[in-house]
Amino acid sequence: MSYFPITSQDRAEMLETIGVEQEGQLFGLVPESLRNPRIELAPALSELEAQRWFRSLAAKNVNLKTHVSFLGAGCYEHFIPSVVRHMISRGEFYTSYTPYQPEASQGTLQALFEYQSFICELTGMDVSNGSHYDGATALAEAVFMAFQETKRRKVLVARSLHPDYTRVIRTYLGGTNYSMEVIGFGRGFELDLNHLKRELAEEIAAVVVASPNFFGLVEDLTEVERLAHQNGSLLIMTAHPLSFGFYKTPQGWGADIVAGEGQSLGMPPSFGGPWLGYLAARRALMRRMPGRLVGFTHDSAGRRAFCLTLQAREQHIRRERASSNICTNQALCAIAASIYLAAVGKTGVRRIAELNMENAFWLRSALDSIPKIQVLTRGPIFNEFVIQLPRAVQDVTEALFEQGILAGLALDQVDPEWKDQMLLCATEVRTTEELDRFVKALKGIVG
Amino acid sequence: MTTDVTRGSRTEIKLLLEKSKAGKEGVFLPKRKFPELNFSRLVGEKLQREIPPRLPEVTEPELVRHFINLSKRNFSVDTHFYPLGSCTMKYNPKIHEEIAELAGFAWLHPLQPGRQVQGMLQIFYELQEALGQLTGMDAFSLQPAAGAHGELAGMMITRAYHESRGEGERHIVLVPDSSHGTNPASAAQYGYQVVQIPSDPRGRVDLKMLAATLDKRVACLMLTNPNTLGLFENDILKIRDLVHGKGALLYYDGANLNALLGTVRPGDMGFDIVHLNLHKTFTTPHGGGGPGAGPLGVVSALAPFLPVPIVRRTGELYGLDFDRPQSIGAIRSFYGSAGILIRATVYIRMLGLEGLKRVSRDAVLAANYLRKKLSPAYPNPHDEFCMHEFVLSAAHLEKQNIHAGDIGKRLLDYGFHAPTVHFPLVVKEALMIEPTETESKETLDAFADAMLRILKEAEERPELVRNAPYTMPVGRPDEVQAARKPVLSFRDLEHE
Repeated sequence: MSYFPITSQDRAEMLETIGVEQEGQLFGLVPESLRNPRIELAPALSELEAQRWFRSLAAKNVNLKTHVSFLGAGCYEHFIPSVVRHMISRGEFYTSYTPYQPEASQGTLQALFEYQSFICELTGMDVSNGSHYDGATALAEAVFMAFQETKRRKVLVARSLHPDYTRVIRTYLGGTNYSMEVIGFGRGFELDLNHLKRELAEEIAAVVVASPNFFGLVEDLTEVERLAHQNGSLLIMTAHPLSFGFYKTPQGWGADIVAGEGQSLGMPPSFGGPWLGYLAARRALMRRMPGRLVGFTHDSAGRRAFCLTLQAREQHIRRERASSNICTNQALCAIAASIYLAAVGKTGVRRIAELNMENAFWLRSALDSIPKIQVLTRGPIFNEFVIQLPRAVQDVTEALFEQGILAGLALDQVDPEWKDQMLLCATEVRTTEELDRFVKALKGIVG
Repeated sequence: MTTDVTRGSRTEIKLLLEKSKAGKEGVFLPKRKFPELNFSRLVGEKLQREIPPRLPEVTEPELVRHFINLSKRNFSVDTHFYPLGSCTMKYNPKIHEEIAELAGFAWLHPLQPGRQVQGMLQIFYELQEALGQLTGMDAFSLQPAAGAHGELAGMMITRAYHESRGEGERHIVLVPDSSHGTNPASAAQYGYQVVQIPSDPRGRVDLKMLAATLDKRVACLMLTNPNTLGLFENDILKIRDLVHGKGALLYYDGANLNALLGTVRPGDMGFDIVHLNLHKTFTTPHGGGGPGAGPLGVVSALAPFLPVPIVRRTGELYGLDFDRPQSIGAIRSFYGSAGILIRATVYIRMLGLEGLKRVSRDAVLAANYLRKKLSPAYPNPHDEFCMHEFVLSAAHLEKQNIHAGDIGKRLLDYGFHAPTVHFPLVVKEALMIEPTETESKETLDAFADAMLRILKEAEERPELVRNAPYTMPVGRPDEVQAARKPVLSFRDLEHE
């Protein structure tokens, strides 16, 4: 077998050095009743057979390269420059460990420092961590930062957040002494400010909002920010990071923390992961950040050097008093994001934002001109919006699929109240022909 | 200066933002399709970004050279022996990368209907089943993104279970003093009070102390077996009886499963909850710190509490089951790090049961061989057969003012990554060594030679060891300076 370099001759010599006759003796302390359990696994495959088998499973799946997709809702099909995959395929990056030995890890450390730098530039915030698991868990950690910072025990979460994010926050709080309340939205999906005012009380640690929100709307957060801060609560924001190529940054809105999904920054959808939770904050919250931080310093000879820093926050030092339990993070995904952001660059990130916006705006107005379709997200958008169909989304989706098109998300899957509504996404990868084809197909189906 | 001239590994590599030059672009981007849509006018000014983000302006060739040269400043499993205890730095097979990148996997949207992604769901299902077989657990969730994330979910399940039995007052989680830091951190993050159980002179859980601490307030004991000293907790069946006798649960931290893979199962030892680190035992790449995956297995009594969704098979059809009323809920977006789960599945399918048994057999053989070669030169405080790793002490070098960390730094000069140092905390000046099953005898011998030479250096020329390394791109970074005045971004650096 090819991953086992110890030969039978090596084995004999090694056993002799150890002073035993056979390996079984090394397991001598394992109680007899626990040894040699009955385990049933499929028979081993050769590499050739494995390639065939897994390719056949991959071929069973309909994918975004074989069909034209208008699915978004927390996972986005974006253009990935070839250079990203090539660089992170370097064995020196992807087969290295956490950079606990900085002298032997300057490559990873500098790449993560560049990632932190780019996230700060993109969001306007002061400090970024070295990554979190995904957008939903990063946001849940941000909520815990707010609890620690304000010593308050309740959080207000916009109902217009991605439903998975709300669910994850709820799970993280369930069974603890912390609690949450959901704030509704108005007819155009904008946050219900009156509801927010009613719920803002002394116990509120933070207000959590999304912009663009789950329904695609980019919101004016001026009033939310004023109300939250007036109440001594933090403002936590989540957003599609490429929207900051055009739209106002969390720092611009006065947010204290931004946390969200970085999959769009150079990672394929991969059916939900591995992705990238990004998390950035004001400097005052630096010591409450979860996870690894890379810092700049010098070595004994005065050369520039990078190392993990402020580790006294972390579990391997602090144990039960750590700011978070996170250890393994998404370092390679963060490096992918740093390569992506560097490749796209200062002018490219604005261009990509506009390429998303032009497709989404164009598609929205094209669909709006179909009499039986009503556009529900009418305000400013980035790359998503909701439409109301004259019939069950399921039927429409089926009919579109027959034409090689993956429709948007049926919102009644999220909430039965949102009947016959579809959340559509058009990123920069959709061509004019594909947009046209979709509009014609939909027109044909709804009549 | 906007470029690096590379002369050997010690050249400083500037940051991309320092190499940036106005007018350069890294990719050929499409032109606008509908330029008549002028967003500066269509969208309220108040909603717009005022100043463009200061991202690099560099071309692709410059970008490639930057990152390739950065990569050369790393140790990695592909280039070096990495005997990092408790981290299981084994070889990462290349076929795993190729399969995970197939468009039929990498370009699946998680919201595609189940019937469009049957091949993917089949992998999830088969992995759930295989991990169940290998651990002796009845049900698995593939969702946790890492070991610590699995621990957190395990704590949630622990609480949900006790509450379902009207025993919600159980608020204490026990951990041995040799446990990984994530164990107490995960328990505390979910609001548990953490109580540490001391080790006995043999490096095992002190049974008397455990018995004295266990009562109706205890929700769970978190344990690693073999423990972080690399020793098998041979009283595990007594521990099981003590813990279950008081109505508490037994949690298995799977970080060290490489020692027992295919040979001994946590379920048979009496564990109720198990998390695995696929990036350790099942060799998905560490990626410089992640991504990993931390699937969570439980016994049938706890299965209703697992996070949603679970992959089910009905006849020939695979589907996601969200309808689980007692579930703790969602612990992340969507269903798990599919790309990592695919790699682990390929590994299990290619090795089969015999191959996986050989993993633990060779890993334990390699560790005992190295232990024998290095001890007693380096004292082994628990001088008995180890499992997949062992802990030596460098405390005898204190008079030369040399610490375990110094030995690790000097090893870098010899072309070996350092062991885990100063952990576990129960051994003074600990050097924790885990060779794994994928290193040749020649490599193990060369490593042992280097360790013994360093010992000689430590005795004869201690300053040589104290100031190591000498051959890395940088010497020891000033970590005190880094923490005292944190510079965490290019913007901070400019304000230096």
